[in-house]
Amino acid sequence: MPVTERVRLTVNGGVVEVTADPATPLLSVLRNQLGLMGSRFGCGMGLCGACFVQLDGAVVPSCDTPLRAAQGRTVRTVEGLSADGALHRVQQAILDGQAAQCGFCISGIVVRAAALLDEQPSPDAATVAAALDRNLCRCGAQRRIVAAVVAAARREP
Amino acid sequence: MSVHGGPVVAGAALPRDVVVNPSLATWVGVGDDGAIEIRVGKVELGQGIVTALAQVAAEELDVPVSQLRMLPANTGTGPDEGLTAGSTSVADAGSALRVVCANVRALFVAAAARRWLVLPEEVTVVDGHLCTVAGDRCTTFGALAAAVDLRTPARADVTPKDPRTYRLVGSSAARLDLPDKVSGAARYIADLRLPGQLFGRVVRPPSPGARLITVDAEVVGSVAVDVVRDGSFLGVVGADEAVVVSAAERLRRAATWAEHDRLPDEDDLATFLTGGPHEAIPVVADEGPRMPAVRTLRARYTRPFLAHASIAPSCGVARWEPDGSVSIWSHTQGVHRLRDAVARALDLPSTTVTVQHVENAGCYGHNAADDAAFDAVLLARGTPGRPVQVQWSRRDELAWAPFGPAMVVDVEAGLGASGSVVSWSFDVWSQGHNSRPGYAGVPGLLAGAHLAGAPPLPAAADPPTRTGGGTVRNAVPVYDLPGRRITGHRLLDSPIRSSALRALGAHHNVFAIESFMDELAAAVGADPLEHRLRHLPDERARAVLTTAAEAADWGDPSPDGVARGIGLARYKDRGAYCAVVAEVEARTDIRVRRLTLAVDVGRVVNPDGVRMQIEGGAVQATSWTLKERVRFDRSRVTSDDWESYPILRFSEVPPVSVHVIDRPDRPSVGAGEAAQGPTAAALANAVAAAVGVRVRDLPLTPEAVVAAIEAAAP
Ligand code: FES
Ligand code: FES
Repeated sequence: MPVTERVRLTVNGGVVEVTADPATPLLSVLRNQLGLMGSRFGCGMGLCGACFVQLDGAVVPSCDTPLRAAQGRTVRTVEGLSADGALHRVQQAILDGQAAQCGFCISGIVVRAAALLDEQPSPDAATVAAALDRNLCRCGAQRRIVAAVVAAARREP
Repeated sequence: MSVHGGPVVAGAALPRDVVVNPSLATWVGVGDDGAIEIRVGKVELGQGIVTALAQVAAEELDVPVSQLRMLPANTGTGPDEGLTAGSTSVADAGSALRVVCANVRALFVAAAARRWLVLPEEVTVVDGHLCTVAGDRCTTFGALAAAVDLRTPARADVTPKDPRTYRLVGSSAARLDLPDKVSGAARYIADLRLPGQLFGRVVRPPSPGARLITVDAEVVGSVAVDVVRDGSFLGVVGADEAVVVSAAERLRRAATWAEHDRLPDEDDLATFLTGGPHEAIPVVADEGPRMPAVRTLRARYTRPFLAHASIAPSCGVARWEPDGSVSIWSHTQGVHRLRDAVARALDLPSTTVTVQHVENAGCYGHNAADDAAFDAVLLARGTPGRPVQVQWSRRDELAWAPFGPAMVVDVEAGLGASGSVVSWSFDVWSQGHNSRPGYAGVPGLLAGAHLAGAPPLPAAADPPTRTGGGTVRNAVPVYDLPGRRITGHRLLDSPIRSSALRALGAHHNVFAIESFMDELAAAVGADPLEHRLRHLPDERARAVLTTAAEAADWGDPSPDGVARGIGLARYKDRGAYCAVVAEVEARTDIRVRRLTLAVDVGRVVNPDGVRMQIEGGAVQATSWTLKERVRFDRSRVTSDDWESYPILRFSEVPPVSVHVIDRPDRPSVGAGEAAQGPTAAALANAVAAAVGVRVRDLPLTPEAVVAAIEAAAP
């Protein structure tokens, strides 16, 4: 049996303790132990962005981040971006612009774009696109997504 | 997304899907909470079909969309509407649902009238409430449900609404599925957690045709997983997903396989595709030259294999019931087709297999959805009563899902003294474009070929030419050209599995035809736009072409290294017209500055839906055309991650503007597959104009441009 350990971390504002092999990908812990399905499995190799989360504010692929790397740290997933049922402004702008087709890429994009707006309050389209270059979208919704993020920046956070 | 809204005439024949599924109860029910449950056989692939169909149902029933519950396609309870594929799905399902819902509304109106002892004409339905015209009595669908028996066939003499009175259909409705997808709710098949669910992973062979020699199941160690082996089919099942994934990885490393060097030379696919044996597909028999040619031009165009490359790996869930029946959850494009294929593969009666649809990311044609479902069926066999969820790895998704076939076109044209085309011969070679479940009389499920004693899967077939064909889709130019001979050649044997990728053969055929039109224009010193118009009597085609050209400032001077190219087609010869102008900058790399499209999809029902489909199609085709190529050596597919199979990234996606020409007097046709061919051609023509040499082999990478420049050097 792999060695399991108790690992404590903060997820979306709450402290959680999970018992798992510390080498388990954070994505698997979020989905299977914490029931947070918003972070999607797209590649498991850190190459598509579908599983992006914020770890102490930095955007990382949770598929490629072992649980042990999150120990004692703060994880924010797409579920943690909306507060009290109100969507994050990036989420709302994507809905308003109907800026998605299948939507599978959207969680990771929202996580990445929200981090961008924390750093840069009013990015232009080229800046948004460059920031999203590690997020893949196969449906061709990129231009609408970029426009939505630019529009989101103009809203009150 | 457009919904066919032509008049349904009283007494007219019922739509095909209603003839196949006549009982109203198959389509519509009233839930205990009063919600109206709508069952359709079409499935959400990210194209918004469920929202479009909800609008149709709400429109005919006169209820708000919020009062509907759209249920997923299910072979046990819902209608059989075949595949959700091609661009006609909404048209087919929409016309069926109109008739069904008009019938249901009429039955509820009659029941209210009976209850109140008034005439049906005195009952109206407004916003989900059935009321007398006088307004003195009102009730709801829920309250009347017990008085209405929907287990009755739809009647052709119940007239749906006149589309001119529509309030909902025709407006751009917000997608019903997007709130979940944007908030990160559990919505996709990989998010399913059924009671008692286990996880499974398949250890695929390292290469097509490889056979499993040995595997030491002990390598999984003492962890709680079961190893399943049947011939060359190898898998693991267990309760903890992460443990199952690592056990599968250990098994993969421990297994030894016999591999063959049977794959073609990836740098010379033309020799492979033209080598045969082939099935000849005559499209236009030799018409003979009308006038003598003073000059003959010929060219060969090729495209590599392309991956569907869904962002989500395929996934399936299956549970064997103690009575020997099987329940399946799948993101298949056709629940009934998958049911029949699984039943056939296991030699079970179809009635013992139930398939329910669950969403996944976009598939863009026949990807591994059905294969993953069958994997789950095989891995769940040993644990009756417990569902097993199988998710593919990214590597398997890119290496084992069927590919869009590689293709070769040889085209030759004679030019008369005036510079007009006097003869046209066109040969296209390809593998088949259809190996969906049930094709060629076999189940067509990947694992089926890996089981002990199983024969390999037969080569892909093509859809019939009369329904659009596969290899020969859009092989007939939209232009009026004399002296034509057009023939397809489908390869009858290949070690590489291929199937339907959006637009099928149209992507490559239009790329070839439209590239060659530019080469012909250049040969006679004509402007590409004028040269096309000279051979183009079709008014609707002329309109999209000139609209796109004007909107893109065709003919205006552009800076050095920047150029425009144009492409045109009518999808499947009878679908949407689409013209594209691409503006590219080609120096050390190729940058698309913008795409300008004009489309004519007949009557425009949902302008934003059309724009969304066209934009998505153009962007995906830009990715195929500029970047994509399935790579392999003589035994293995090697492009199995996002680095070896790169697709277009955010900063590479150009602005896309779409001009929709409304034709209120013409039937609506789909928009999802109209843009791919013309986009490829416009890009190729723009690159040729920018760098001065023609690249005839896709993808149009900087390396391909350099190679073409070197080849052209004296
Ligand atoms: S799933 Fe983590 S980056 Fe693709
Ligand atoms: S919307 Fe489908 S992958 Fe982005």
